[in-house]
Amino acid sequence: MSDVASSARGDLKLSHITKSYGDFTAVNDLSLTIPEGSFFALLGPSGCGKTTTLRMIAGLEEPTQGTISLGATEITHTKPYQRPINTVFQNYALFPHLTIFENIAFGLRRRGIKDVNDAVNKALDLVELPHLAQRKPTQLSGGQQQRIALARAIVNRPALLLLDEPLGALDLKLRRQMQIELKWIQKEVGITFVHVTHDQEEAMTMADTIAVMNEGEIEQMGSPASLYDNPKTAFVANFLGQSNLIKGSITGSDGANQIVDLFGQKISLQKDRSHAVDNSILAGIRPEKFRISRLETSTSGNILTGGKIEDVSYIGVSTQYQVLMPWGQELMVFEQNDDGVAPFSVGESVNISWEPVFTFALRGDDDAEAGTEVNPEEDLDEE
Amino acid sequence: MTSLRRSGISTPYLLLIPGMGFLFTFFLLPLFNLAQTSTQTPVGGGDTGEYEQSWRFANYIDAFLENKEQFGRSFLYALLATVLALAIAYPLAYTIAFKGGRFKNVLLVLVIAPFFTSFLLRTIAWKQILGEEGLVVPTLRSLHIISESTTLTSSAFAVVMGLTYNFLPFMTLPLYASIDRIDPRTLEASGDLYANGFTTFRRVTLPLSMPGVVAGTLLTFIPAAGDYVNAAILGSPQTKMLGNVIESRYFKIVDYPTAAALSFTLMAAILILVTVYVRKAGTEELV
Repeated sequence: MSDVASSARGDLKLSHITKSYGDFTAVNDLSLTIPEGSFFALLGPSGCGKTTTLRMIAGLEEPTQGTISLGATEITHTKPYQRPINTVFQNYALFPHLTIFENIAFGLRRRGIKDVNDAVNKALDLVELPHLAQRKPTQLSGGQQQRIALARAIVNRPALLLLDEPLGALDLKLRRQMQIELKWIQKEVGITFVHVTHDQEEAMTMADTIAVMNEGEIEQMGSPASLYDNPKTAFVANFLGQSNLIKGSITGSDGANQIVDLFGQKISLQKDRSHAVDNSILAGIRPEKFRISRLETSTSGNILTGGKIEDVSYIGVSTQYQVLMPWGQELMVFEQNDDGVAPFSVGESVNISWEPVFTFALRGDDDAEAGTEVNPEEDLDEE
Repeated sequence: MTSLRRSGISTPYLLLIPGMGFLFTFFLLPLFNLAQTSTQTPVGGGDTGEYEQSWRFANYIDAFLENKEQFGRSFLYALLATVLALAIAYPLAYTIAFKGGRFKNVLLVLVIAPFFTSFLLRTIAWKQILGEEGLVVPTLRSLHIISESTTLTSSAFAVVMGLTYNFLPFMTLPLYASIDRIDPRTLEASGDLYANGFTTFRRVTLPLSMPGVVAGTLLTFIPAAGDYVNAAILGSPQTKMLGNVIESRYFKIVDYPTAAALSFTLMAAILILVTVYVRKAGTEELV
């Protein structure tokens, strides 16, 4: 194919993309740049617009507004078959009437490449399934089909590879294994991967950069570590892992730290972890950053006193506690089972402490429950 | 355990008995009888319709040579009707399957709605529609598409059209069934892998719908080749099909042996054509 678009290379740039279906806005004024060669994840609950975004990049949907460009070439209205972009579909969408070999050769043949043997065999080697070339897709297991779908896309050496919930149909063990393999393959071939998922663990394991989407917009973008340690909104704090969010107010400052009052108890947090706009904040601490101590034990750092153990769950690698605080809020605490200390029991009075560096602060008017819901349908209606 | 297993094995055979009994009584026995009849000759000096078993296989050659023309016509008309029906039914089935949305079932009912009236009545209705008093002929004449002297009834056109119309649902339903099973994502995948709309159809949609194409064309071609109603109602003596010959030999001329020989020849011809066709279409690995 001699199309200009098919030879485009470079960063993928979405500018002010909006996609509406009647009254419903699936994607709202979304702008984002995905650097060439990166492993990028679009993470969000179902219905957040991530799949729609992916389909617009693939050319399967047209944006209502905005432009998409690849390097210097605008591809907003280019047909899917003229884009140097390939997709690994959610349920693989292999061609049931063709052999595995012909499935992988499909894209090459359509571009008029006569000798496909080498490329197809290399792709089969890459996904470690060279012995399946002459089988039909229905004779393969889910994990094998997943790899073939990947090989079928990668063999074309696209500028961009899109993965739509590629591991969703696999069981947990296989999924973990494929996560590591996908990451390795991405490094090996050096193609830009854009990965859509609702599984935060999957996104964090594989991606260099994650964009957390909610209600058609990007809530926050950054490396997995920066999103986890320094979330900007309650949605991100709750959707990526779990968070304890406590209402409080800023009462003063001390060098690089701010002094925060949480229901009468003073704690401190680093200024660069604060995303508050005024003195009213939600102080956030990840459950595994907390330490529980009996009242007589001395502790350093931030301390909240007056807690009472409400519930204990032994998980093996850790023990999870629900601790009831004097102001009526239950805090979640994950303790590693590595210190030989007998677990605390229900009803014990305890203090909770943590290093000030692990505190982050969100706007006080943010919804502390955002991103915790299992069913996102309510969120959709509000839009 | 043993008794359970034994009954488990024999149950399928028990279930087959009614169907087998029916086929034996109403298909195999008459077929055998027909085969006998096809080699009979008239009783010397006997009444019309009186035949004796003389194993005269030359009946087949005589019957075929006498009706070569109708044979050819039957297959030609059936072929034309099948191709036309496929051309009409494929887009129809495709649209219902992929664009029908929540109206899918309503549209399917509309496809089979003609079956609520009799086959004969519908064919006679077409005679009216295509006749001099119908809407079609005057309209086409005023648009100068056909000349003042051209008529549409009593023509090969009318017969092929009648066949196409009457067997259209038999083409549409199997096509729909196999197109509806195609995962639309495989079509998206094809577009994603550099195939334009036409190539996607040729390389993905059509191969995946082949079971429907084969079933639909067989269900249209086989009955159309043996049909005599359309030729009788919409045709003329010049458009007689083999079915018409068999019908008149049986019921008008009472020439049972020739009618039986023709029936067998038609059956054999269709069987051979179908076998070759199914082999060529190579659907066994699809289903």
